[in-house]
Amino acid sequence: MTTGSTLEAVGRPLDRVDGAAKVTGSGRYAAEFTPPGTAYAALVGARTASGRIIGINTGAAEDADGVLAVLTHRNLPKVAAPPHLLPSLAGHAAPGESFFPMQDEVVHYFGEPVAMVIADSYERAQFAARQVHVDYARDASVTTLDEGRDQAYEPEAIFAGFLPARSVRGDIKAGFAAAAQRLDATYHFAANHHHPIEPSATTAVWDGDRLTLYDATQGIVASQRTVAALLGIPPSKVRVRASFVGGGFGCKAMIWPHVTLAAMAARWVRRPVKLALTREQMATSCGHREEQEQRIELGATDDGRLTALRHHKLSLTSPFDEWAEPSLSIAAQAYACPHYEGVYRLIRGNTMTPTFTRGPGETTGMFALECTMDELAHRIGVDPVQLRLRNHAHADPNTGHPWSSDGAQECYQRGAARFDWQSRNPEPRSERDGNWLIGKGMATAGYPVFFPMQPQRARARLYADGSAVVQAGTQEFGTGAATAMTQVAADGLGVPLHQVRFEYGDTDLPNVAATVGSAGAGMISAAVHTAVTALRDQLIAQAVLDPASPLHGVDPAAVVVSQGRMELRDDSGTGETYRQLMERHFMTDMDALGSWSPPAPDVPYGLATFGAQFAEVAVDQDLGLVRVRRMVGVFAPGRVLNAKTARSQAMGGMLWGIGQALLEGAVTDTRDGRWANAGLGEYLLPVNADAPDVAIEFVEVPDPVVNPLGVKGLGEVGMVGAAAAIANAVFHATGYRARELPIRIEHLL
Amino acid sequence: MADKGASLSVAKPSTMEIRGPDGVRMELVVNGVSRVLHLEPRVSLLDALREHMALTGTKKGCDQGTCGACTVWVDGRRVLACLTLAITCEGRDVTTIEGLTEGDELHPMQRAFLEHDALQCGYCTPGQIMSAVALLNEGHAETDREIAEWMSGNICRCAAYPHIRSAIREVRDRKTGQ
Repeated sequence: MTTGSTLEAVGRPLDRVDGAAKVTGSGRYAAEFTPPGTAYAALVGARTASGRIIGINTGAAEDADGVLAVLTHRNLPKVAAPPHLLPSLAGHAAPGESFFPMQDEVVHYFGEPVAMVIADSYERAQFAARQVHVDYARDASVTTLDEGRDQAYEPEAIFAGFLPARSVRGDIKAGFAAAAQRLDATYHFAANHHHPIEPSATTAVWDGDRLTLYDATQGIVASQRTVAALLGIPPSKVRVRASFVGGGFGCKAMIWPHVTLAAMAARWVRRPVKLALTREQMATSCGHREEQEQRIELGATDDGRLTALRHHKLSLTSPFDEWAEPSLSIAAQAYACPHYEGVYRLIRGNTMTPTFTRGPGETTGMFALECTMDELAHRIGVDPVQLRLRNHAHADPNTGHPWSSDGAQECYQRGAARFDWQSRNPEPRSERDGNWLIGKGMATAGYPVFFPMQPQRARARLYADGSAVVQAGTQEFGTGAATAMTQVAADGLGVPLHQVRFEYGDTDLPNVAATVGSAGAGMISAAVHTAVTALRDQLIAQAVLDPASPLHGVDPAAVVVSQGRMELRDDSGTGETYRQLMERHFMTDMDALGSWSPPAPDVPYGLATFGAQFAEVAVDQDLGLVRVRRMVGVFAPGRVLNAKTARSQAMGGMLWGIGQALLEGAVTDTRDGRWANAGLGEYLLPVNADAPDVAIEFVEVPDPVVNPLGVKGLGEVGMVGAAAAIANAVFHATGYRARELPIRIEHLL
Repeated sequence: MADKGASLSVAKPSTMEIRGPDGVRMELVVNGVSRVLHLEPRVSLLDALREHMALTGTKKGCDQGTCGACTVWVDGRRVLACLTLAITCEGRDVTTIEGLTEGDELHPMQRAFLEHDALQCGYCTPGQIMSAVALLNEGHAETDREIAEWMSGNICRCAAYPHIRSAIREVRDRKTGQ
């Protein structure tokens, strides 16, 4: 924090500024804009995972009542340039896959759009979409790891080329040679779907050559750039708006074909077009967490110090992209293990390109590592918390650089105390409650700190009456950003909270990158803080130069602002309000643009957020039912901007861990490559009765490196380790060691 | 189960008529206001509200009765608007989230959701609140366990569940004077 302001609002458990609009239902989401003449688009998905369209009969659909157009690969305009996958944090066009549908007759994955029907009502579009008849020449497909195992290969890089597929430190053979204990375990993870309750949707409105999109997105700028690039029009012609977004969890972090298809449809029929995906289409239209297998080989001394870690991942990707969620990062950094080898291997299959899914990568990677660590603790008779403390990396083991901030040890200690870990009998099957076997487990949480690649911008305006509007082109999908940024702005400007309005959700505002990978709170707060402090400093400078000001001639650095009044830090009697200064100079308002440049990628610090997860489960020994009874999570996310919304973020992540551990698994029907459980009736999500009460604590460690306020983010880390803590608790309850997620009843019988 | 609406339709078999499949005139009473619409009989109550009455507070999460985001009250009982045809609501009272607020005054349940942060993205929230208020009226909120069970038809992917329970608990206890 620079001098000149104090933190009065930041950190407080302020109610959400957009909360009233949400509890009254007055907030409008992407599919809730219905301009006059709105038409409705419905997508038709391919019924095979691999093949060619040899016939497509659109006659019945075209003849159906109210139909305005039926678009297929025969008549849909070609995109201006083929898309290339690029993570949206880069701030450029960010297509989710290097592919755009309906450009030719080839089918690459089940559900790939093969036709789009546009009609004058939702019902008529849906009905006509079912009248499109497509004949396919089907080819053999690969839609599971088992079907493609013999084609596995090691790419050069994954993740749009940003991550090398192989990383090594030390001498892995020497590390295993030095090990007294060796463990070798392979874990299988079912594919996962995001299923935010708001299905992805885009309402597209053309006005001449200018396009407005109301889009359900985690990155309005990413939507703008992607659609502009695919249509071959300047981004200045595309405005994207998103005041309310109904959850993302990664599936709205990249820009998928339906967004551009909505714009194409609206141009074709010369009317506004609304395109909302159906619940089933959510499984085949905006990525998924890929099916994967991870093998951990661990070498350790008899007292549990790690000597070697080999972590290999095999996963299924699309025909277009070498994508794997980055599962090997935190698992390679959490512990001071000198010898390491991490390798990603891929199988190209007939799925769409997988994508970010909450806790992207690290939540599967840390599941594998943390279950193996639990196994090591059990084998050598060391308490699992002690084992983590013993191995904690005090510096980034990849580089030797110190952490920008840490706090992990305090997380373990506070979590253990809050959970009453010490009363746990380490012996499996040692505790019962009637017919229920009780188990307690823990795991490390961790997530990298990611930076955007470009300067992040915000604008601040102060009116002479002391009220302020602060703007940034971001979006609020439940993270609490709108509320937290209001707090950041109030403190930076030195005005009361109720005087500040934060505006967002519009690409006409200054640009910030998509909010993904827990980067949002850090980068938006940096942009907002930079803007409001620039504005504050301009006004202080003006006062200091003004002979009529009580602050004339003082050192600007000695001035602070509180409640809209500039005053000397050491003599609060000397000063004046913004209002007095501005009125004296006939100023109605004043603006400042803030631009924050993120640290260079090679900043000499280790960058990660750590935490500790604890869970207690009860397992019905006859029925195999698992119930999570309570969870404790302690996290060290740097500074907490709003204690209330931060708690909700962490809690949501932890409860996602219940889904990962016990419920969520997408099942593939290999005959046609279809997701067999695409709806919410079949793909099981945690419901209220699955969710126990959750205790959460934060360890706030100052971080002078990552951004001005030292914010490391919370959206992802809350999930990482939660599933492992649950699985370790299941082992403690039953003696069953989970090698497959989700854990199913039949595993426990 | 005795149901006012069901007995109404049984009582007048002679008035049965064939309407549709084209657009037909229907009159719906939503939040106490009578509205005349011309809709195909296949239009769901959910789409009628969202696309034809600009009442978008009722959300579409799945359109197949699995998520609860579209929960509204018909004759005081909670129903899923996506599985209800609009035309079957003629002669019934439909209440949506927009009907819960008295002027600018939030309903106590809305206020409790806000204070307990029983929401994040807000998309499931109107459905959660319509269920939560109904739950108290149904007498299904005696214990936390009962609340959890009877609220399990409303999925919150942000997983605000513990906060949803505490919001309902607070309104319940204030009502009963505890």
